[in-house]
Amino acid sequence: MNPVWLILFAPLGAAAVITLVTQRWKMLSAFVSCAAILLGFVLSVGIFLQQGQWQSPEPLRWLVLEGGWVIEFGATVDRLSVLMLLVVTGVGSAIHIYSIGYMRGDPGFSRYFACLSLFTFSMLGIVLSNNFIQIFIFWELVGVSSYLLIGYWFERPSAAEAGKKAFLVNRIGDFGMMLGILLLWTEAGTFSFAELPERVAAIPAGTLGLISALIFCGAVGKSAQVPLHVWLPDAMEGPTPVSALIHAATMVAAGVYMLCRVAFLILPSETALTLIAWVGGVTALMAATIAITQNDIKRILAYSTLSQLGYMIMSVGLTGITPAMFHLTTHAFFKALLFLGAGSVIHALHHEQDIWKMGGLWRKMPVTFVTFLIGTLALAGVWPLSGFYSKDEILLLALKENMALFVVGVVTAFLTAYYMGRGCFVAFFGRPRDRHAYEHAHESPLVMTAPLVFLAILSVIGGWGSYVPHFLQPEGHGAHHEAWKGFLLLLVPAAGFGVAAWIYGRAEPSDEPVKAALGRLWNVLENKYYFDEVYLWIVRNVQGAVASGCELFDRWALQRLGVGGLAGVTGLAGKTLRLLQTGNVQAYAFVFGVGLTVIIFYVVVR
Amino acid sequence: MNAPILSLITFAPFVGALVVLALPKEADRAIKWVALVSSLISSVLAVIALAQFDPAGGLQFVERVRWIPALNVDYHLGVDGLSMGMVLLTALITPLALLAHWKLIEGVKLFFVLFLFLQVGMFGVFTALNFFHWFIFWEIGLIPMFFLIRIWGAEERHYASLKFFLYTLAGSLGMLLAFAFIYLATENFDFVALQQQAASGELRRALGVLVTDIERVTGSEWDVGTLLNVMFWATFLGFAIKVPIWPFHTWLPDAHTQAPTGGSMVLAAILLKMGVYGFLRIVLPIFPDQVVANLTPLLLLAVASVVLGAFAALAQNDFKRLVAYSSVNHMGYAMLGIFAAVAFAPDVKDVVNEKAAALNGAILQMFNHGISSAALFFLVGVVYERTHTRQLDEYGGLRKVLPIYAGVLGISMFSSLGLPGLNGFVGEFLVFKGAFPVVPWAAMLSLIGLVVTAVFLLQMMQKVCFGPLNPRWAELPDMTGRELFIGAVLMLFMFGIGIYPQPMLALSNDAALWLIGMFEQRPDAVLTMVP
Repeated sequence: MNPVWLILFAPLGAAAVITLVTQRWKMLSAFVSCAAILLGFVLSVGIFLQQGQWQSPEPLRWLVLEGGWVIEFGATVDRLSVLMLLVVTGVGSAIHIYSIGYMRGDPGFSRYFACLSLFTFSMLGIVLSNNFIQIFIFWELVGVSSYLLIGYWFERPSAAEAGKKAFLVNRIGDFGMMLGILLLWTEAGTFSFAELPERVAAIPAGTLGLISALIFCGAVGKSAQVPLHVWLPDAMEGPTPVSALIHAATMVAAGVYMLCRVAFLILPSETALTLIAWVGGVTALMAATIAITQNDIKRILAYSTLSQLGYMIMSVGLTGITPAMFHLTTHAFFKALLFLGAGSVIHALHHEQDIWKMGGLWRKMPVTFVTFLIGTLALAGVWPLSGFYSKDEILLLALKENMALFVVGVVTAFLTAYYMGRGCFVAFFGRPRDRHAYEHAHESPLVMTAPLVFLAILSVIGGWGSYVPHFLQPEGHGAHHEAWKGFLLLLVPAAGFGVAAWIYGRAEPSDEPVKAALGRLWNVLENKYYFDEVYLWIVRNVQGAVASGCELFDRWALQRLGVGGLAGVTGLAGKTLRLLQTGNVQAYAFVFGVGLTVIIFYVVVR
Repeated sequence: MNAPILSLITFAPFVGALVVLALPKEADRAIKWVALVSSLISSVLAVIALAQFDPAGGLQFVERVRWIPALNVDYHLGVDGLSMGMVLLTALITPLALLAHWKLIEGVKLFFVLFLFLQVGMFGVFTALNFFHWFIFWEIGLIPMFFLIRIWGAEERHYASLKFFLYTLAGSLGMLLAFAFIYLATENFDFVALQQQAASGELRRALGVLVTDIERVTGSEWDVGTLLNVMFWATFLGFAIKVPIWPFHTWLPDAHTQAPTGGSMVLAAILLKMGVYGFLRIVLPIFPDQVVANLTPLLLLAVASVVLGAFAALAQNDFKRLVAYSSVNHMGYAMLGIFAAVAFAPDVKDVVNEKAAALNGAILQMFNHGISSAALFFLVGVVYERTHTRQLDEYGGLRKVLPIYAGVLGISMFSSLGLPGLNGFVGEFLVFKGAFPVVPWAAMLSLIGLVVTAVFLLQMMQKVCFGPLNPRWAELPDMTGRELFIGAVLMLFMFGIGIYPQPMLALSNDAALWLIGMFEQRPDAVLTMVP
């Protein structure tokens, strides 16, 4: 048997075993779940080491219908999917282990690990899919795992609401994606990623652009791009390791991965590329501007995730498939690290997430502090950490392809360094702002710090030698020909950190100095450009109105007029017919006899 | 000819009902066991029939006995890929519905007798091939349900039962008249013969003769085309009410909401399918030209069912009413698939394959909706028994005290939502995959329904299970073993079909192709239905 099947199905087995058998034994459940993903990691490394002898396993025939059309259940093993396998199982393993510490004592411990394993299965399914239907199936399944994990603390109304919101917003994106898949089917007659490239040429350019744009809708939902980005910040209601795994490192990157997987569709269409690039650019900039006003450490990271995903999408739109995947990889390392670090802080402070209640934590939590700092520097793109290499590839690509987007990218990079610096300075430096919280603070146990160290190492070395792009594109990946430009770009994060240090070096909670300076703009940013308010208005007034309209129509128009009218007619007919009902049995018999005779006459004599 | 297995399936519950009638009124346990066992005998026989069933073999297990020679009526039974799934569904859901009422205290004897009669009617509808006794079974399905709602229903049971009865009766009257005309023209009630006559044009010719006769007698002018059209719409109405297709659905929320749990389960899972099945067995084969001619309004109605049904569900605060409206929405997908399968689309590549996907999807959707709606109505019943309320905003946080219940409800909800991995997805996806190339506008509009379906189902889940626990429910007991068993059986099918749908599709594919072939004017396909 091909090992990829084992990689894929081990987590599913773990989820099933935990749900059906080991619910009661918490540590056993955690062990089963961790074992499944660690097995996947080991096998993925094994596959990686066997470069050159990869074989996609024989696909299973899932659905066969008339005319020989088959929906396969396959597994693609190529450079793209092997890279993703490594990222998902590697980062996933670290987060699984970390969860043992973070979730200790939670009453739903087993349920948590079952959901985590279900998610891993679904995510690996997306990675391995060899056709559009299969990817859509797993696409929805990650949506469900995400729904279950965001709403993990289901008694909190905000968590239940956030889970629902995530699922529904994604569903809107999937609506477009499904439309695109169906349209692609009518044009090309296949769902298979292997067969599609040669058939794409025959599709008229306009239609192809439309198909690409529709399929991109799916990525807009899953990767939380404008205007469907609103679910991701709310998704922070889930446990922090979930935010790290699903809403930072892997699932939200699935949209980027999917676009890279179907690059053959997107690359030929200028219009779609422009759309994608700008959606990415706008998301990157917008999310970064929001992040500078947030006070919740997880929300800062969430907006930074949006912003980084924007970079990746922008890169795809600028035809940079390899840079996008490169940034996806390094981002998975340092963003998972940052979230787990934030989780370590939150854990230490007993679920305190407001950065203004922190401060001076570096003394109390040295490992968390150092690793968090590494993550911050990597995210900001400081040499020689991984983020520097991947972000520069995107920025240099933008410089070559689209000056406007390059400026957007540079401004975003500046803001990134600025808001991350702000978060770091306020949370880890300065005087403790909340004495009580500070005294409670303690370094997390080894089961949590070890994953931090592991991810910190990856965040440092992940970009060295541009190994990832070379792996993806062994021939012809132009490395940093103009490295000096990249180093010039180092001034950007430096400036960001400098400004942040200057403002927030010794800020007190009472004075948010930037707030006064920005005035009304600050309010717009703090309220996330009022997207949620507008959407809520639409849901209340448009969707609500249509729903009550349907209900009213049913109750009044159909019931009263239609059916009531019918009842009136029936009543009238009844009264008329009553005249015929004389109560005379002979009369009945006579009418009955006549009727019968007519029928028989007609049947027999005619 | 072996044992008349279809008759045995149909009448085993009838025998059971007779035995129950002979039992004393107080013998609750005995009554329940006899009812369950006789119902299960049908189920076992249905599984045996399934084992011998050849999907490519056209009509099978045919029983044909001369019954009323003077009227040219045969007792004619048979199943093919269109009806086999429905027989299985009936055999699956009815015992579960009986089991759902295992703790019934009041009127046990009458309740179980009525239920068994109901089952006879349902089996009869799915196996009959002659309008004469098909119609008898069709009406038999009506009467026990009327009493089940009226006697064991909720607050507004009188209104709801009467409305249900009148609606369905009114619907079947037009159908009866249409068949009276058909009979006068062809002296035939047999579905197979009528289908062949319709395909060969014989039916129209015979009606033409009838029309000239009528014209001669009455002196008025008639037109065969108009007559056929009127007959088609009359028949359509009869089935449209049953399905129900928007806007003929207003009986359904009332009937479902007021019916006892088992009644709602059977009503949603099986009785609605009698309407859809009517389209497959009667409307499409006997009125093919009229269906094609009226396709646009028909598709519009299907789309309206999908979209407006979903929006209406969104406005509900009654748990059961919400699930009831979801039936309108889900049956809309089935109707979309059926109408797409007969659309005339000569420009589409491999059109037969697309139509096969749509029709197979629709048939699978019938089965799937049977599973998921039965589960949802059962679960409404479970929570209603404990809380005595159906108002969604009075629940809240039930997952804390009823974790198992919440799990079963969650899975059933996702099955209804069409989540991949569970049964609902496969049917809906095939419908869309087939319908999109053939009738893109209808498929696109219906896709909106998919989003709204998700909205109201997730909202329901949130209101029932999530959020802070309403202190009134702090002491509720979780599902009992019996209740979990019912849920588990249904979940087994949700997962089974969702993960490996091939056997279900293999069951219906040949029959679907036959039906499509009729519309693609392939005479060779038409002949294969002859037993």
